[in-house]
Amino acid sequence: MIPGSFAYHRPSSVKEAVGLLGSLGDDARAIAGGHSLIPMMKLRLASPSHLVDLVGVADLKGIREDGKDILIGAMTTQHEVIASDLLTKKIPILSETATLIADPQVRYVGTIGGNVANGDPGNDMPAVMMCLNATYHAVGKSGERRIAAREFYQGAYFTALEPGEIVTAIRIPTPAAGHGYAYEKLKRKVGDYATAAAAVVLTASGGKVTSCSIGLTNVAETPLWAEEASKILTGSALDAATVKKAVAAAEAITSPASDSRGPAAYRTKMAGVMLTRALGRAKARAGF
Amino acid sequence: MNDMTPTSAERAEKLQGMGCKRKRVEDIRFVQGKGNYVDDIKLPGMLYGDFTRSPHAHARVKKIDTTKAAAVPGVVAVITAETLKTVNLAWMPTLAGDVQMVLADGKVLFQNQEVAFVIAEDRYTAADAAELVEVEYEGLPCNVDPLKAMSANAPVIREDIKDKKEGAHGPRKHPNHVFNWQAGDKAKADEAFAKADVTIKEMIVYPRVHPCPLETCQCVASFDKIKGELTLWGTFQAPHVIRTVGSLISKIPEHKIHVIAPDIGGGFGNKVGAYPGYICAIVASIVTGRPVKWVEDRIENLSTTAFARDFYMETEIAATKDGKVTGLRCYTVADHGAFDACANATKWPAGLFSIISGSYDFPAAHVSVDGVYTNKAPGGVAYRCSFRVTEAAYAIERAMDIMAQKLKMDPAEFRMKNLIRREQFPYTSAFGWVYDSGDYQTALNKAMETVGYKQLREEQKKCREAFKRGETRELMGIGLAFFTEIVGAGPSRNCDILGIAMFDSAEIRIHPTGTGICRLGTKSQGQGHETTYAQIIATELGLPADNIAVEEGNTDTAPYGLGTYGSRSTPVSGAATAMACRKIKAKAQMIAAYMLEVHDDDLEWDVDRFRVKGNPERFKTMTELAWAAYHEVPPGMEPGLEAINYYDPPNFTFPFGAYICVMDVDVDTGSSKVRRFYALDDCGTRINPMIIEGQIHGGLTEAFGIAMGQEIHYDEDGNVTTASLMDYFLPTAVETPKWETDWTTTPSPHHPIGAKGVGESPNVGGVPCFSNAVNDAFAFLGSTNIAMPHDNWRTWTAADKLGLHK
Ligand SMILES: Cc1cc2nc3c(=O)[nH]c(=O)nc-3n(C[C@H](O)[C@H](O)[C@H](O)COP(=O)(O)OP(=O)(O)OC[C@H]3O[C@@H](n4cnc5c(N)ncnc54)[C@H](O)[C@@H]3O)c2cc1C
Repeated sequence: MIPGSFAYHRPSSVKEAVGLLGSLGDDARAIAGGHSLIPMMKLRLASPSHLVDLVGVADLKGIREDGKDILIGAMTTQHEVIASDLLTKKIPILSETATLIADPQVRYVGTIGGNVANGDPGNDMPAVMMCLNATYHAVGKSGERRIAAREFYQGAYFTALEPGEIVTAIRIPTPAAGHGYAYEKLKRKVGDYATAAAAVVLTASGGKVTSCSIGLTNVAETPLWAEEASKILTGSALDAATVKKAVAAAEAITSPASDSRGPAAYRTKMAGVMLTRALGRAKARAGF
Repeated sequence: MNDMTPTSAERAEKLQGMGCKRKRVEDIRFVQGKGNYVDDIKLPGMLYGDFTRSPHAHARVKKIDTTKAAAVPGVVAVITAETLKTVNLAWMPTLAGDVQMVLADGKVLFQNQEVAFVIAEDRYTAADAAELVEVEYEGLPCNVDPLKAMSANAPVIREDIKDKKEGAHGPRKHPNHVFNWQAGDKAKADEAFAKADVTIKEMIVYPRVHPCPLETCQCVASFDKIKGELTLWGTFQAPHVIRTVGSLISKIPEHKIHVIAPDIGGGFGNKVGAYPGYICAIVASIVTGRPVKWVEDRIENLSTTAFARDFYMETEIAATKDGKVTGLRCYTVADHGAFDACANATKWPAGLFSIISGSYDFPAAHVSVDGVYTNKAPGGVAYRCSFRVTEAAYAIERAMDIMAQKLKMDPAEFRMKNLIRREQFPYTSAFGWVYDSGDYQTALNKAMETVGYKQLREEQKKCREAFKRGETRELMGIGLAFFTEIVGAGPSRNCDILGIAMFDSAEIRIHPTGTGICRLGTKSQGQGHETTYAQIIATELGLPADNIAVEEGNTDTAPYGLGTYGSRSTPVSGAATAMACRKIKAKAQMIAAYMLEVHDDDLEWDVDRFRVKGNPERFKTMTELAWAAYHEVPPGMEPGLEAINYYDPPNFTFPFGAYICVMDVDVDTGSSKVRRFYALDDCGTRINPMIIEGQIHGGLTEAFGIAMGQEIHYDEDGNVTTASLMDYFLPTAVETPKWETDWTTTPSPHHPIGAKGVGESPNVGGVPCFSNAVNDAFAFLGSTNIAMPHDNWRTWTAADKLGLHK
């Protein structure tokens, strides 16, 4: 549980950080809260020679509205997500999710940028970002680009980021006022990654679903956006038969690993149970 | 006397003696981070050791190349089995009469086994270099299933003893066989089964778990070449045993070995034995002439040093059709891993497992245990229980429920009918144990009344009907356990460790000003000994507990003792403390008689003083007598006021308790929630009710962890898959249920203060209680035995098999 040796860098601007990552090469890693990276270094599953700490980059902090979107700086901690009045009001699923991540100690330090950029299918925020159709702002040596969360995750710890590129902010289209939402997570204890979890955001009018989006956590190599299930539910009254059909469609796209949380078949079933429960709560919140 | 003179009761209260909820004196340093643990020790020139470990569960070691590791700047030496052979230490004896490799000698037998020991100037360099030791392995077929260990084609684990027909505990019938041990009367038990109206038989498995103390195992070894003396600081539950065994192995004379156990951050059995890390640190210090520290990390702790349980118990009960038990049989396969490094009293390879008849009046019983070798880590310690007592309690308490179910009787009613009755004590069990005292019916009745058992069963009935109608997806389970422990090893006629009788000791010195120090052969790991032993002395000698220092763990100053485990501190050293006090008191009485110019017999004891019978205004307080002991003793009497006692208990003590758990199980996810947990404990005389409560809270939390999620799991290839706290379930405050505690008091008749020991009761009684609650939730659907751990997926799977997800 002792990491290998590394050099430590603390840039104060995005430019400097990207410059360092570019010049130090493949052996350099950005570090944000360190609550995923440092455990991996202690297990020597990661042995970067250089750590570029983003904590001193003021531009990466803050939560603000930008037109129809909300922008969250990558270095915003999970605790700040929970504490934000703006987010609690406009995108309450974020604080509901954040409170299910680890424990207060981890959340005071762990960042939302690190959570989405890490690429671990166990992280909770990525599925929520896919559900919300968020976009990540990425900056690398060739400048800034935007990557849709739904296109970002390519495999376990394998994302659309180019070497040396960092996520600077997360852009989320503000959901309609009065939308229904829920994040349901089955875990064994505080600080555990999900056995399975489901994120739901939906809008309704006249007793019918007008839009619906579903994300699933830790039931495949990557977080999942359950597009088919979302479609099945749109236009429905969330009646039992349709929900059952949608759940089956969501379960069909999972391919979890068997681990000590349970065998793959169980975890698939739990994705279905979490989705059913999330739909129930989202429905109540949407007021129908 | 005027009105200001304190009454006896007031004086007694000031002493903070037995019965007082005295605050733990050790907490003053612990809560301020001022404890002194092994890893706090820093010596000039100290080096650090780290292991290269085997990634394989079973492989031949073809070649070890340490060149690259040795070349890392800051590395001082790299030790392998070849190095250890030069000092005859490549293997070491275990407490169970087996031998164990210190470093891999030709073969590795379990994953993470120690292969090489790197010694460096700092921990980081040692860890870096340990990765650079190059080992060439040739994989061998491995076996991690104890039930297959003695099959014809099972891979032979221990080539060193494969042809030995005789082991430390008698004949061996297979190269992977460790021992067979039996107790009870087989013929009589078989006869009971042949005649029985009703029988049950169930394979009851207690999986491999790990004590997982917060502080891992560690040591600092410092060899002084000039004096030829070794000082060893370590996480030792039994420091004197370590000194004696260390001397026998190393050939360093015992008086030249100084073993010191400083503050210990939890032990639970994990810190009883001797580990390769200790031997390597000692050898490294001898080789380098510098102090060497070795500190285990969490993964090393969970995967290499002393696991617990791993018992596969085929348990049978015979009964009459009206619910009287008539016989008990149990055949057990015990997985000992690659070496038999059990921490049991030496003559008891399956410990005190024959307490399996529990709290019930079985006329006939028999057990047989086969120990086997597998490709898993060695150990088999008593994780917060007396040797193998929690396994026994689990088997009998589970089996009693299964029999009740078959008889269609309520499990409480069935237990009540078969409990040993008050008038039967002292009670001789079918296995020959003499239970010292008990009042079981009173305890069970009190428990059932307090929780409202009848109403709970009615509520459960309604809940089951609602479930059948599809109105709820939750099932309610009510778990019961009535356990009897056997603790306080132990009478020297029964128990020894490598020939050393399992007595224990206390040495008390009262200083001239009436304060004093007590040193003991036990070693607290968090139990609060500094607080409770002083309370015994306070009551026995009439000196305030605050005036007594309690010291343990330094083998140069403490009297010889066998250490702390198996709830033996209060039963054995607690008794020694009382007995030493009584020697002191007898001398004080003679001094008092001399000073008051009366005969000894004319004095009577009154809380903190001797007074003249019939003339209570003439007295000498203990504080006055302490002063007198150093300047005006009667002619011919030695000055001073001190005593030592080595206490060899006449019998074990038998604490008991009645536990009840109410659980709600979500059949769709398999997760469960403890709604209520009530624990009634009877540990005889209660020394400090607050410490007892704390011990019970801690033990119940561990029991909850074990029953609901802990398992050291190996995959088919022998990879240990749960060796970190990500997967090894250690409950946090959030998961931990609220505990309700209660008690009855039935003193032990043979113990000087009537105390029985309590630290382990909640683990012994808690595990079956949780497990019975989960099982009870599903019992009405015909399920008899759902195996531990009751984590979400296993419970869900049980529900699935019962067709509850259709
Ligand atoms: C006990 C414990 C329990 C946990 N439980 C959960 C849980 O239940 N759910 C959950 O989601 N998480 C959990 N976590 C992880 C936690 O949320 C982490 O904080 C988070 O995953 C990573 O954020 P970080 O800021 O700590 O990133 P770091 O650990 O610093 O970095 C993680 C990875 O992301 C990269 N990275 C970080 N920031 C950026 C950036 N801006 N641009 C590009 N790359 C970047 C790093 O290079 C690294 O590869 C747990 C952690 C612990 C220690």
